[in-house]
Amino acid sequence: MLSEELKASLEKKISLAEHPRELVVDVMLELQDHYGFLSDEALEEAAVLLGMTPLEMEELATFYTFIFREPVGKYVIHVCDSIICWMDGYESIRDHLSQKLGIKMGETTSDGLFTLLPVCCIGYCDRSPAILINREVYGPLTIEKLNEILEALRKEAG
Amino acid sequence: MYPQVLFQNRKPDRIASLEEYRASGGYAALADVLKNFSYKDVRTMMLDAMLLGRGGAAFPAGRKVMTVADDAPYPRYIICNADEMEPGTFKDRVLIHADPHMLIEGMIIEGYSARAEKGVIFIRPEYESAARILDREIEKARAEDYLGNNILNSGYNFDIVVHRSGGRYICGEVTAQMNALQGKRPNPKQPPPYATEKGLWGQPTVIQNVETLVCIPHIIRNGPEWFRNLALTETSAGTKVFCVSGKINRPGCYELPMGIRLSEIIETHAGGMREGAQFKACLPGGASTAFLTAEFYDIEMDFETLKKAGHRLGTGAIMVFDHKTCLVEATLNLTEFFARESCGWCTPCREGFPYMRDLLWRIEHGKGREEFVSTLKQMCRHLWNSYCAFAPGGVAPIESLLTYFKDEVYAHIREKKCPFKSE
Repeated sequence: MLSEELKASLEKKISLAEHPRELVVDVMLELQDHYGFLSDEALEEAAVLLGMTPLEMEELATFYTFIFREPVGKYVIHVCDSIICWMDGYESIRDHLSQKLGIKMGETTSDGLFTLLPVCCIGYCDRSPAILINREVYGPLTIEKLNEILEALRKEAG
Repeated sequence: MYPQVLFQNRKPDRIASLEEYRASGGYAALADVLKNFSYKDVRTMMLDAMLLGRGGAAFPAGRKVMTVADDAPYPRYIICNADEMEPGTFKDRVLIHADPHMLIEGMIIEGYSARAEKGVIFIRPEYESAARILDREIEKARAEDYLGNNILNSGYNFDIVVHRSGGRYICGEVTAQMNALQGKRPNPKQPPPYATEKGLWGQPTVIQNVETLVCIPHIIRNGPEWFRNLALTETSAGTKVFCVSGKINRPGCYELPMGIRLSEIIETHAGGMREGAQFKACLPGGASTAFLTAEFYDIEMDFETLKKAGHRLGTGAIMVFDHKTCLVEATLNLTEFFARESCGWCTPCREGFPYMRDLLWRIEHGKGREEFVSTLKQMCRHLWNSYCAFAPGGVAPIESLLTYFKDEVYAHIREKKCPFKSE
């Protein structure tokens, strides 16, 4: 269920917009942050808020890279696999993450902490190989740096 | 060292503040325009400056805004395309992080030239830090009376909002971007109507890339002739922010005169090839351009020269490959990108890229057959029949691989393995 507070703040935002639909990505992202992913329930709530049908919402939710229709970990790691990162060692970064976390691309660790996903060029080719963790960039990476980052995140999560 | 125009206030570790931008002459152009120029004067200056769209298409910026008819309805929109997602391209991110007010001033003047009062910056989610910077600096510009109603007491109204995307490559395409902004599935839409006639919410809309917009205050401040003279070649104008990456020593963004030689960019500015690496080819302007071979190593990098050579400057993202990099595998990687990012709206693109990726995968992994080459060529031609420019751009690396590096392709097929891999 959506908290009254979040619902009210979204409704306010929508009422101020000239065209409510222009906020659809913002609304989806906020609901996703609230639920951890865009659940069926969240999708329907978003549709009601914006006066759209759930089907229209689904069409958008499944289109965008950063909207998750399935549960994801607390930390979503997007590994850039486009041309420059590929040239600069993306494969060893990917393999190391897989091995260290014990999951394949597209999977989430059993403790619910990490999800591993591939992503297209993130625009940090001057810092390759690079990854995003919850949309924040890390790079240029080495195996040692990667270990430090994972360690810090584990600590942060308690 | 060449003149630094767009990067004049760039600092290694932080953005230039509003005060710093103003101290360098920032917002003087806006004050001048609002006081002394008609919207038509601004259009003419952009045209005279030969300012070409820096997002890849190189359409004359002045001509674009001139297609907004005098009696076109209001409200009119300016969209700043900051959805930079062409692989290898990161100049818009660097420009926003260097001097956000240059973009804001550029947008306001562009808005004035179109007699628009609404501005939208469409930005990719990977650039959240840039989006936050813009949110904050737009607020400051408002407080200083550069945005909002009756700007600097001129009677002109203009304001800007930042729109965050959910993230997909096709959203960089202008018609898809307008669909995205309207909360629709971001499919491209073929004109007519053109955006400047019926764009966002059915209203006249001018879309420009970040790098195009930041040029505008400087054209106003120093004049079109000055801008043209920044370039080293007759047929080009201004500076260009080249993003250089790959097998060179100093990957990064470099502001250099339009028309500078590729060899100079690589050797002098990007620190030369990495140790033990020899230049084999580069993609001169993102993943949607063809491989530029060593034969073109000294080419003058501007839109016109590359076009004459059968190439495209695109976004000016130079990705350098060395003699040890397998270009079949590189092309496989690029094709994977297009297969994943195809919006799926039209059949040739949606079906064609995965098919070609599969053929390239087989060639790379020693399972290729000679007839794959002609099939790939035929598929590339089919993809030219796609609905938008995505697919013709996406097949450029494949077409050029089959033209300039066919020996490498056939070596994979003949030896039943990748000649670049030892095992």
